[in-house]
Amino acid sequence: MFIQVENLTKKFKNSLAVNKINFSIEKNKTVGLLGPNGCGKTTTIGMMLGLIKPSAGKIIIDNKNLEKTDRISLLNKMNFASPYVELPKRLTVKQNLEIYGRLYGVKNLDDKIKEVSEELNLKIFLSKKTGELSSGQKNRVSLAKSLINEPEILFLDEPTASLDPDIGDYIRSYIQSYKTKNKITIFLASHNMAEVERLCDSIIMMKNGKIIDRGTCEEIIKKHGRNNLEETFLKLARSKDEVS
Amino acid sequence: MRFHKIYALSLRHIYLICSSFPRIIDLIYWPTVQIFLWGFISKFFTLNSTYYSNTVGIILTAAILYDFLFRASISYNMMFLEEIWSRNFTNLFIAPIKISEIIASLTLTAIFRTLIGLIPATILAIPLFGVSVFKLGIPLLFLLLSLYIFGITLGVLVTSGLLRFGPAFESVAWASLFFLAPLGCIYYPIEILPHSLQLIAKALPLVHIFEEMRNILLNNSVSWFQIIKSISISIMYFVFGVIVFYLSYFGAKVRGTLINMGE
Repeated sequence: MFIQVENLTKKFKNSLAVNKINFSIEKNKTVGLLGPNGCGKTTTIGMMLGLIKPSAGKIIIDNKNLEKTDRISLLNKMNFASPYVELPKRLTVKQNLEIYGRLYGVKNLDDKIKEVSEELNLKIFLSKKTGELSSGQKNRVSLAKSLINEPEILFLDEPTASLDPDIGDYIRSYIQSYKTKNKITIFLASHNMAEVERLCDSIIMMKNGKIIDRGTCEEIIKKHGRNNLEETFLKLARSKDEVS
Repeated sequence: MRFHKIYALSLRHIYLICSSFPRIIDLIYWPTVQIFLWGFISKFFTLNSTYYSNTVGIILTAAILYDFLFRASISYNMMFLEEIWSRNFTNLFIAPIKISEIIASLTLTAIFRTLIGLIPATILAIPLFGVSVFKLGIPLLFLLLSLYIFGITLGVLVTSGLLRFGPAFESVAWASLFFLAPLGCIYYPIEILPHSLQLIAKALPLVHIFEEMRNILLNNSVSWFQIIKSISISIMYFVFGVIVFYLSYFGAKVRGTLINMGE
C-alpha cells in the first residue's frame, strides 16, 4: 500500500477528534473522505500533511513513517489545495507560482509555470494580483500551486466549495483528466457527493472521529439500499448507530 | 539549510514590499517622523543641558539606533503576521522547508525592510540637525549588529507567541519593544535606574549598546569589551528565542493550530 494509516488518533483538550482510524490507499487511486462537519476529516488531513501531531497511531507513506522520517523528503512528494487556504493576495499569480515552485525545488520553473497556467487557463491573469481574482480563478490558482511540483500525492479539501456549477465542473473535469494523464494518488475531502462519485475510486465515511463505512461508491450505495451517494450520506450522517 | 529555499521565502516579502509604493512610503514615514521629533528634542537639550552641552546629537543618535532595533523587530513580526493575514500559513508549513530556513529567511529579509525605512531618515538627520550616526565610526557596525540580533530575537519570541496563542497575540507584537525600552537606558545613563533595576538592565544587551554609544560620543574612546559583551548577550538571547520558537512550533502541532491559523 502506498499510504497506510494505522490506529490514528487525535485527542484535543476535551475532545477525541479522530478515534483509532485505519485505512490504506493504493498508489494512483483517488480516495474520497466524507462525513458531516466536525467528523474529523480536516484533522485527519492535517495529520497526513504533518501539520498536526497524532496522539497515537501512525501514518506510513511510501514505506516511511511520517513522524519518524525526514518530513522534507515526504513533503516534496505531496501538495495540498483548499479554498480555505489562500495564497498571498498582494502578489501576482506568477509571483506566487514562482515562489512555491522555488520552495519545492521545481526544475525549469518558467516552463512549468507556463504549462500549468496554460492547462488551467491562467495565462491571461498571470500578472494580476491574486487577491483581485474571483473565487473560481483563485481556486484554479490554488490548484496550479498544488500541481507545481508534480506531486505523487495530492490532498484536496473541498476543491469546488462555493463555486458556481460551471466553474465547479471545470475544476472536476480538470482533476479527472489530470489523474488519467499523470500518475497521482488523490485524497479528496468533499461535501459534494456528485463530485465524489465522479472522481473517487473508493470512499471512506467518517462520523464522530471514526470510520463508519468504506468501499466503492456503488458498493456503499447498494449496501444501504439508497439510490445515490447523497441519500446514503444523509442516512449515515443522521443515523444514531455507528455502522462499521 | 538550503539557500534557494531561504531565497524563495525572502522573495515573497521582497515582491510584497516592491509591489506597493504606499508600503514603501509607510516604511520610510515612521522613522523619519521619529528623527524629526527627536531631532528637535535633541537640539533643545543640547542648548539647555550641561550633560549634553558638549556633544550635539547624543539623543538623536540614540533615537536612530533605537529605531533600528524597533524596525528590525517589527519587520520580523510583520512578515510573519503577513502569512497569517493572507491565510497562507498552511501552504507555508506543508512546503518542504525547515523551520530554520523560515527563521533564516525572515532574519535576512528583515534587514532589507529595516534599511529601507532607516537609511533615508539617517541621511536626513545630517543636513537637518547636523547629526551623523556615522561619527561612531567602525564600532557603529558592531553596535548595529548587536541591536539587530536582539531585535530579531524579540521578533522570534513574539512569533513564537503567535504560534502558541494564535493571532490574538498580535497586540503583543506591537507592544513588545516598549516593555524593554525603560530598562534599555536608551536616552539616559544606567545610574538613573534604581539599583534593583540596574541589575536586570545589565542582563539586557541594550544597556551595554547605549552606554557604549554615549561613551564613544562623550569620551571619544571605544570599549571593545562592552561591544563584545553586548553582542554575546544578544546571541545568547537569540539562541534562547530560537529554542522557544521550536517549542512553540511543536506545541502548535500538538494543539493543531497550524492548520487553522488566520481563519
